[in-house]
Amino acid sequence: MEILNIEKISLNLEGRQILKDLSLLVKEGTIHSILGSNAAGKSSLAYAIMGCCDYRLESGKIHFLGDDITNLSVSKRAKMGITLAWQEPARFEGLTVKDYIAVGTKNRDDALITESLHHVLLEPSDYLGRQVDKTLSGGERKRIELAAIFAMRPKLVILDEPDSGIDILALDNIINMIKALKKQGTTVLLITHREEVSEIADITSLMCSGNIVHEGKSKEVGKYFKEKCIPCPTKIFPGKENGVPKGDKS
Amino acid sequence: MQDYELMLDAYAQAGGAPSVFKDSNIAHLVVHKNKVIGSNSVKGLVLVPKETAIGIDIMLTVEKGIKIENLVHLCFGVLPKEGIQEINIKARIEDGSGVKLLAHCVFPNAVKVLHKMQAEIEIGDNAYYEYNEVHFHGESGGIEVIPKARIKIGKNSHLVTNFSLLKGRVGVFDLDYESEILDNSTLDMTAKIYGYGNDRIKIREAGYLNGRASRGLIKSRIAVKDNAVSEIINELTASAPGARGHVDCVEIIQGNAQAKAIPIVNVTNEFAKVTHEAAIGRVDKKQVETLMARGLEEEKAIDIVVGGMLK
Repeated sequence: MEILNIEKISLNLEGRQILKDLSLLVKEGTIHSILGSNAAGKSSLAYAIMGCCDYRLESGKIHFLGDDITNLSVSKRAKMGITLAWQEPARFEGLTVKDYIAVGTKNRDDALITESLHHVLLEPSDYLGRQVDKTLSGGERKRIELAAIFAMRPKLVILDEPDSGIDILALDNIINMIKALKKQGTTVLLITHREEVSEIADITSLMCSGNIVHEGKSKEVGKYFKEKCIPCPTKIFPGKENGVPKGDKS
Repeated sequence: MQDYELMLDAYAQAGGAPSVFKDSNIAHLVVHKNKVIGSNSVKGLVLVPKETAIGIDIMLTVEKGIKIENLVHLCFGVLPKEGIQEINIKARIEDGSGVKLLAHCVFPNAVKVLHKMQAEIEIGDNAYYEYNEVHFHGESGGIEVIPKARIKIGKNSHLVTNFSLLKGRVGVFDLDYESEILDNSTLDMTAKIYGYGNDRIKIREAGYLNGRASRGLIKSRIAVKDNAVSEIINELTASAPGARGHVDCVEIIQGNAQAKAIPIVNVTNEFAKVTHEAAIGRVDKKQVETLMARGLEEEKAIDIVVGGMLK
C-alpha cells in the first residue's frame, strides 16, 4: 500500500522552478531513497511534503494514506504521522534534550526518551539535561534529531541528508538507526546525495533538476547515478533533458 | 502580620519558597513598601535596614574573608494598587569574602506603583558577589520600575547579575547598571524580559574593563509582542591589556512590537578585545516549523521557542 502519493507537483521559489510536475509513490513500511546531486531539488521536495510555509505548491497534489494533505499545515501533517528531520537541525536556547525529544512523544515517556538516546549511542545521563543549543556539535545535534524521531514513532519520516556532517564511524550508527526506524514500523523517505547511503533503501528514485528521472533497486540506481551523474552532464552538456539522455527515464 | 502573609503569597507566586524565611541559617529581608516585616542575618553578614518615608535604606556588608554559605533572600514589594517604594542599597563585599543574593520584587496588584532601586556596590579583592533579581508583576501594566546600580569590582573578583521579569506585565522599565572591573576580575550580567501590551523596556548595562586580563560578558534576552517597545544598550569598554569582553543581545518581536539593540564596544588598548552579536527579528521560522513537525500547533511552538530563550 502507498503511504505517500505525490501527483505532478510543481514548486516555484522566487521565480525559479524548483520542482516540475514531479510524481512519486512511496510504499508503506519501506526505506525509499531520493538520490541526487546538489541543487536537484531534494530538500525542497522534503519541505513541500512537510508543508513548510515557504514551500507551498504551484500545482499538483500530495496524498498521505489516501488523504489529500496538499493544503494542510505542518502541525496537521505531523499529527497525521508525518515528520521531517532537517539537514541542519535547528538549535534551541533554553530547551533541554529531554524536553526536546519529549515534544513529539504522546505522554513524555522517560523510558522511551532514554531508549531513543541509547539508539543513537548517546549516553542519556550526559545529554538529557543539556540544551539543544550551539554547545552541541553538528554530529551530536543530528543524533539527537534522530533520537527525537525515534521517540515520536511517526508513520512517515523524511530524513534530509542524515549523513551530512557525520564522520565515517558515526555513519554506521546512523544507518542502523534508519533501519531501526523501519523495524519499528516507520516508513523512511531518505534524502541523500551519496549512493552508498541510498543502498540501504528498498527502492531509490533518482532526482535531477526538480524531477524524478529514474527509479529502481537502490544498487542499480546508485550505479546509474555514479556512472551517469558524476560529473553532472547538465553542466557538461547543457542541452540534455534533466541531465539524462532521452529514453533513460523509467 | 497580614501584610507579611500576603507578601509571602506573592513571593511564592513569583517562584520563591517561603520556607526559607523560617530557617535561622538563612539570611533574609522582607520589605513591604517602607516597612521591614521580616529580617534575619547570619554570622559574617551585616544587614542593616532603615525605614525611610518612601522606602528603605539598606547597608549590607560581608565581612573580610567570610563566604556566606547560603543564598541570602530578599523580598521587596508593594501589595496595594498604588504606592511608592524606593530602595537604596549600599553593599560592601570585603576582601576575600563572597555572597549570593536572590531578590524577589513583587507587585501583584499594581495599578499605579513606582519601584526605584539605587545600589552602590563595592566588591573588594578576591571576592565574589552574585545578585539575582526576579520580578513578579500583575496584569494591569501600571507599574514603573527603575533599578540603577553602580558597581566597583576589585582585583581577582567576580560579579554576576541576573535580572528576570517574565511574570506579568512589565509596565515601564528603565534599568541602568554600570560596573568597573579591575585586574583579573570578571563581570557577567544577564537580563531576561518578556514585554507585551504597551510595555516599555529600556536597559543599559555597561562594563568598564579597566583591569589587566579582566573579562566581561553582557547578555540580554528580550521578547516583545503586541505594542511593546524595547531598547537595549549593552556597552563594554576595554582599556587594559588582556581585557576581553563580549556583548550578546537577542530580541524576538511579535505583532506590532518594536525592538532596538544598541551594542557599544569601545577598545582603547591594542591588547584588548571586545566582540558583540545582536539579533532582532521574529521567532525563527525553522525552530517553529521543527516543533510543528513534531505535532505542536504554531502558537505553542512559538511559546516554547520564546520560553526557552528567556529561561
